[in-house]
Amino acid sequence: MNIVVCVKRTPASTSVALDPQTGAVKTAGLPHGINPFDEYAVEEALRLKERIPGTKVAVLSVGPAENDEVIRAALALGCDTGVLLSDPAFAGSDVYALSLILAKGIQKVAETRGGVGLVLFGRQSNDGESGHTTAAVGARLGWPSVISVRKIPEAADAAVTVERLREDGTDVLQLTLPAVLSVLKEINEPRLPSLRGKMAAKKMPVETWGAAALGLSADVVGKAGSRMDVVKMAPVPSRGAGVVITGETPEDKAQALVAKLKEAKFI
Amino acid sequence: MDYGLTELQREMVALSRELAVKKIKPVREKYDESEEFPWDIVEELRKADLFGVYLPEEYGGMGGGLFELGLISEQLSRTCGGIALCLMTSSLCSMPILVFGSPEQRQRFLPDIASGKKLGAFCITEPGSGSDASSLKATAVADGDHFILNGVKNFCSSGKASETYVVFFSTNPKRGARGITAFIVEKGTPGFTFGKKEKKMGIRANSTHELVFSDCRVPKANILFKEGMGLLVAQNTFDFARPGVGAQAIGIAQGALDETLAYTRVRKQFDVPVASFQAIGHMLAECATQIEAARALFFTTVRAMDAELLPAVKKAIAENITVYEAMKALNCRRWSKESAMVKVFSSDVAMKVTTDCVQMCGGIGYMRDFPVEKYMRDAKITQIYEGTNQLQREEIARMLVKEAASSEREAAGS
Ligand SMILES: Cc1cc2nc3c(=O)[nH]c(=O)nc-3n(C[C@H](O)[C@H](O)[C@H](O)COP(=O)(O)OP(=O)(O)OC[C@H]3O[C@@H](n4cnc5c(N)ncnc54)[C@H](O)[C@@H]3O)c2cc1C
Repeated sequence: MNIVVCVKRTPASTSVALDPQTGAVKTAGLPHGINPFDEYAVEEALRLKERIPGTKVAVLSVGPAENDEVIRAALALGCDTGVLLSDPAFAGSDVYALSLILAKGIQKVAETRGGVGLVLFGRQSNDGESGHTTAAVGARLGWPSVISVRKIPEAADAAVTVERLREDGTDVLQLTLPAVLSVLKEINEPRLPSLRGKMAAKKMPVETWGAAALGLSADVVGKAGSRMDVVKMAPVPSRGAGVVITGETPEDKAQALVAKLKEAKFI
Repeated sequence: MDYGLTELQREMVALSRELAVKKIKPVREKYDESEEFPWDIVEELRKADLFGVYLPEEYGGMGGGLFELGLISEQLSRTCGGIALCLMTSSLCSMPILVFGSPEQRQRFLPDIASGKKLGAFCITEPGSGSDASSLKATAVADGDHFILNGVKNFCSSGKASETYVVFFSTNPKRGARGITAFIVEKGTPGFTFGKKEKKMGIRANSTHELVFSDCRVPKANILFKEGMGLLVAQNTFDFARPGVGAQAIGIAQGALDETLAYTRVRKQFDVPVASFQAIGHMLAECATQIEAARALFFTTVRAMDAELLPAVKKAIAENITVYEAMKALNCRRWSKESAMVKVFSSDVAMKVTTDCVQMCGGIGYMRDFPVEKYMRDAKITQIYEGTNQLQREEIARMLVKEAASSEREAAGS
């Protein structure tokens, strides 16, 4: 089976500041790496490769030339090939346009490498945080997509069984392939690269596919192909001070707590 | 500071740092508390290819030298000096095999150490013989094509956890220091068992064990180098290994300073961060300066040592001779003085810096659920093992006098 794992290059930090003037996410000058959520997708792809004989993993990343760095980071971990989807026309794409670029990239991987069985994503990015890309790519491809996958108990060339986490429990879903999945942090513990893996990844070829190679015209990608305008971004207001409930005995404290909860109409 | 590292060296630093932060940091307190051996981390170091960074590619290493070993030792020790030691003791075992081992011994023992499949250890110390290593009492008596080993060794780092041991015995007690011979002994050899496990102040994630030999038969082929040349083997090993203790010390000091800087910037007293008090600021500055000075001395010294060692290793492999013979042929010098200087300076810096770090953090610095006191406990060993700092100063002084005398002789002769 061929697996495609999609990785985004994002600031290598869990919290990213907003510019108070423009509201834009301030990423310039920060060290970057694979979006931390995507590390779980890469790891799961590698574990599937170890489980299913003959599996190959291709890494895709959309973005400027610097994204080469995250593709090589995934190659260092054991992915087989990498493709950078890059074109000046792609700049400014929202999820709508981005999902088209990714879908075309995945289709091209399928055409050139004998089909694709699974596409894996992380749960969301640590900068944009939309969490929509997985479903959008599934829709573009016309393949089933499942988000919030916490386990893949069964996997074979033609079908996989996945556990999807919900607020009130877990769904067990069987999917015929091809399919698109996004995985949660719970699914695995990402491995570290080896020194040899890192050095070998530096020398591996990484192809670049632009708009023309993917058969995309300038009006369907980038700003022109996007449907969303970010009007304003604002930091989440910081939390106010908490309330400490005091009392002589645990019973007193419990009563005071219940009174407060009633007052706030929580109970 | 940019020390002009190659791409491979930069990757070694980045990977050992990443491994330390992601894998070692979450478990260092657990191992400090339980004094168990960190096998899960050994596995991580193995998978990351870090065990062989300083060994030749011919034996499955990454082709580096003492410099590379120091780079990763610093980064691992920066998070936990105790856990880092499992890798460093392997080098204490493989260095004498690399330098003094026959081509067959190199081929037999180095690949498993380079891959991390086996850990190695080195033990010369005995209950009655510490600083005065040449007074050791354990004996090896020839019996056909075997030797029979008897005696007790103690304070062996990574003892019991290791598979391969370089151990020193007297094959000729009458000759004293010239009767000492180095042997390679494998775990599982009948008559070789493990005695007491020590309870320690610091580096508690590493096992410090007694080794017990009772009528343990080893083949003559396990003699490292030559009969009666054990002290030479030990002294040369320490020349190459002491800078590694320096790297460990530098890492410990740096780790303590990292934690202290982070804490003193957020800890407020009198409404301001304590780092903004000049008394604290100057201590931070002094710590950082001392650490950088130690690192600069370390880097400069091991680069010079590698510049002599690595060509000798190449020559030895090409010509099927021992590295020691190749070093003689290439007129390599001894590094006792410089290597002692690195160890003394770095370990004294580590002790001073970690003590000051506890002070700068105040009461919390003294608490075991805050990481700084552990650095202070771990730092102490670097002033003691591989020769106490008193003995290192003795060595440096002896070499100074010797060098002065010989340059005087040269001047008189010319
Ligand atoms: C945690 C730990 C791990 C160790 N790991 C190993 C290991 O893996 N392999 C191994 O072989 N050994 C190991 N050792 C042993 C270590 O190298 C010795 O403890 C060290 O060399 C000092 O010897 P000693 O403890 O016998 O002290 P002693 O020699 O008894 O020294 C006591 C004091 O006297 C001073 N002193 C002694 N002689 C002189 C002198 N001539 N001039 C001035 N001062 C002097 C010393 O500096 C010291 O302060 C380890 C020790 C420890 C504590």
